[in-house]
Amino acid sequence: MKILVVDDFSTMRRIIKNLLRDLGFTNTQEADDGNTALPMLQSGDFDFLVTDWNMPGMTGIELLKHVREDERLKKLPVLMVTAEAKRDQIVAAAQAGVNGYVIKPFTAAVLKEKIEKIFERVDG
Amino acid sequence: MADADIKNSNNEFAKLFSEKANELMGRLENNDLAGAVGLIQDLQQVRDENLYQEIGQLTRALHESIKNFKLDGDSKGAGSEIDGAHEGLQYVVEMTAKAANKTMDKVDESMPLSEAIASEASEIHQEWNRFLNKDLSADEFRELTKRINTFLENTDKNTRKLNGNLSDILLAQDFQDLTGQVIQRITTMVTDVEARLVNLVAMAGHVDQMTGIKHSVVDTPDEIDDPNKGVGPQLNAEDNEDVASDQDDVDDLLSSLGF
Repeated sequence: MKILVVDDFSTMRRIIKNLLRDLGFTNTQEADDGNTALPMLQSGDFDFLVTDWNMPGMTGIELLKHVREDERLKKLPVLMVTAEAKRDQIVAAAQAGVNGYVIKPFTAAVLKEKIEKIFERVDG
Repeated sequence: MADADIKNSNNEFAKLFSEKANELMGRLENNDLAGAVGLIQDLQQVRDENLYQEIGQLTRALHESIKNFKLDGDSKGAGSEIDGAHEGLQYVVEMTAKAANKTMDKVDESMPLSEAIASEASEIHQEWNRFLNKDLSADEFRELTKRINTFLENTDKNTRKLNGNLSDILLAQDFQDLTGQVIQRITTMVTDVEARLVNLVAMAGHVDQMTGIKHSVVDTPDEIDDPNKGVGPQLNAEDNEDVASDQDDVDDLLSSLGF
């Protein structure tokens, strides 16, 4: 399971990577915004994308839209982990095809639950 | 805009002024003193009126500048940017304090556990060495095996607890991301306010001259207009119906959308 973690704050990337490692996902890579993440996704064989929303350059929602438009990436499970909590933003993310939405600050349990739920749905 | 108004009225004033001045010269040449005095009074009145008008325009320009200090499109509708910054910094203080306290609590909880493991391990190690040197009696050895058993049980339990604490400490560092976003927003705001203050100062500098007042409203693009741009953490999520206040809210909303 190869996972890309996209967040402009390195502390948050580290937190997410550590939590993923605790959940048994050790193969993770990082990107600091959509512009860096998209080429990585296109050239790498990632199985899962965890992304923030609010980032300089390309935002997480734009990255999500690009992923869904890409023939090879459109089935990639995407979990949004973000401080953006406006209802219309959550609806917009759902419409753009997000697989899960976690708002910051979050707990390890919530992250675990959402990731497990995504894979249940993807595998099932 | 006020800028153009002021220029227009200045032009009019200048035109009127030169007309009246020519007339005054004519009257003086014709020795029409009474008429000349009347004209001077007229001139003074025109000047006064023009002054009042300009002061009015300046006041309006000033008022617009002050109005620009208010938050644009703020969900609560009230409160200046300074209030927003104040609230934001308060949020930063609370989040950092919470993270620091949580981290220290977990460290306080963890230190005795690791110290206990270390001291017990060191004592058992000494006993074990005695056993290897065949210094241990049968009774002492039975005692040691019991001790080792208890130690292994405790270590298993305590290291799990330690791992949990370390994981909590790690998670407590998420404040850096959240507060960082708020601080970045305030930094941008301070830069904007500074630019507008410079404008105000420039305007005040022009009061004496009453002309060439530069009133350029800095049109800062409203970030909320672009739905792709994020707005960062919500400072008062509980008070705002448009905002999900916690993960349960998000889950409810998503399940209502068929997730």
